[in-house]
Amino acid sequence: MTAALRFRNLTLGYDRHPAVHHLDGAVESGALMAVVGPNGAGKSTLFKGIIGVIKPLAGRIERGDPNPQNVAYLPQAAEIDRTFPINVYDMVSMGLWRRAGTFGGIDRGARSSIEQAIAAVGLAGFENRAIATLSGGQMQRMLFARLLLQDARVIVLDEPFNAVDAKTSADLFDLVRRWHGERRTVLTAMHDIDFVRENFPETLLLAREPVAWGRTANVLTPENLLAARRMCEAFDQQAEPCVDEQTSALAPRGGLADAATHQPRR
Amino acid sequence: MSTLYQIFIGPFTEFEFMRRALAGALALALGASPIGVFLMLRRMSLVGDAMAHAILPGAAVGFLLSGLNLFAMTAGGLIAGFVVALLTGLVARTTELKEDAALATFYLLSLAIGVTIISLKGTNIDLLHVLFGNVLALDDQTLLLIAANATITLVLLALIYRPLVIECVDPGFMRAVSRAGGPAHLAFLVLVVLNLVSGFHALGTLLAVGMMMLPAAIGRFWARDITRMMLIATVSGVLAGYAGLLVSFHFGVASGPAIILVAGVLYLASLLFGQVGGLVRQLFPGRHLEA
Repeated sequence: MTAALRFRNLTLGYDRHPAVHHLDGAVESGALMAVVGPNGAGKSTLFKGIIGVIKPLAGRIERGDPNPQNVAYLPQAAEIDRTFPINVYDMVSMGLWRRAGTFGGIDRGARSSIEQAIAAVGLAGFENRAIATLSGGQMQRMLFARLLLQDARVIVLDEPFNAVDAKTSADLFDLVRRWHGERRTVLTAMHDIDFVRENFPETLLLAREPVAWGRTANVLTPENLLAARRMCEAFDQQAEPCVDEQTSALAPRGGLADAATHQPRR
Repeated sequence: MSTLYQIFIGPFTEFEFMRRALAGALALALGASPIGVFLMLRRMSLVGDAMAHAILPGAAVGFLLSGLNLFAMTAGGLIAGFVVALLTGLVARTTELKEDAALATFYLLSLAIGVTIISLKGTNIDLLHVLFGNVLALDDQTLLLIAANATITLVLLALIYRPLVIECVDPGFMRAVSRAGGPAHLAFLVLVVLNLVSGFHALGTLLAVGMMMLPAAIGRFWARDITRMMLIATVSGVLAGYAGLLVSFHFGVASGPAIILVAGVLYLASLLFGQVGGLVRQLFPGRHLEA
């Protein structure tokens, strides 16, 4: 097994405040992994780091496949301007960016794969509908169709089943299973613990720091979940600069100085 | 027949200045209307207006140094616009003022400075020329400048179209798949300035964005997808240019305002009767469909 992603003492954050702190480990190629944690645990931040939108404050992310186009990313829907006058077909066709780019043409083969992707998420007949007229669930189906077209080896989904009904999430999770069957690596941020227990073989429980990572049954224990919640409540505005034990053997690693800021030691 | 000919075509065959004005107005509409659609969709409608005012002191300094000289005024305008954009960004980033407030303060100051400079040296006619342009007095150079700007706009817009659209509708996706989003946005801003300069020469600083925003707003009432929106915007811009010049010719009113007023009439009609969100349609939506 090769690693699709490897985190090496990874710290990600904003304004020097870490949102993901000292994460170490590897995501095996072909893994189906849930990322679970309270709000503010750093799930979205981790994903943005993986696709390279934010740079690590410290440590690094190694990709098995260095081509950034081989990671497909589904953000939380809030980033889409839903009033923009564009229809479902054009929106889905963005998934062909890797093949078509800025200037490439959309030939007959590409058109048929667009239509197949739209049909696969159950939106056949919606091709000419403006995205402003879609419901939340239909919107999410459309974004999954775009992901299908992206045809990436690593797929990162940020809370894909929030605010969609049971039928929609079941349909969409079928696609996730299909990707898993195709040996693609899928990382999914999730809130529904029971759903994770039933459907994800592997889980990372995150509370800025990794609380536990491994087989889902071993990770989602009551103790771990409680610990995760406690750690997230302990966010400290007045945090001291973090001194990494790997850069300085002298300094102790502070328990609740997790929210520390990264800067050179004075 | 001959009366129709005299009303709709005669002015242009008879008078060279009308032909020039028509060419200028059409070129302006071709470039500015699609740009206006993107400005509107990016919720930057008023930014264009503010920038149009911001270029005035530069154009005025150019005027002060070398009279109504095309290149001096264009270069001055570009520099002034650039400085205001830079200062706005600086203030917004370093103080509590948000971008809109920072831009508002600078463009108002710019407008005041510009008008002061012109009134120091020029006549009221010059001031009117700068404020309202003079599409009836386009010389060869200005006409070429407007035509060149329209050409550059259409070509460059075609080149950056895909990343620009994606950047507008889903910036997160664009960031994830490509780095082209940022450069596309920058190129778009350059096009905005180019078309403001065109608009400045034809319609003056106060109405420069008229040829951008009114056609764009018209398009929004008739189309649900951006391609058709830009087409409708461009057609209404062209129509407003043509009809506005006729109105100006037959009724002896100022040409720039006449063009914008015709666009305004089209806009009001769209506001009332537009298929997409027009008022009449909202009041009487018709029977709903089966599915």
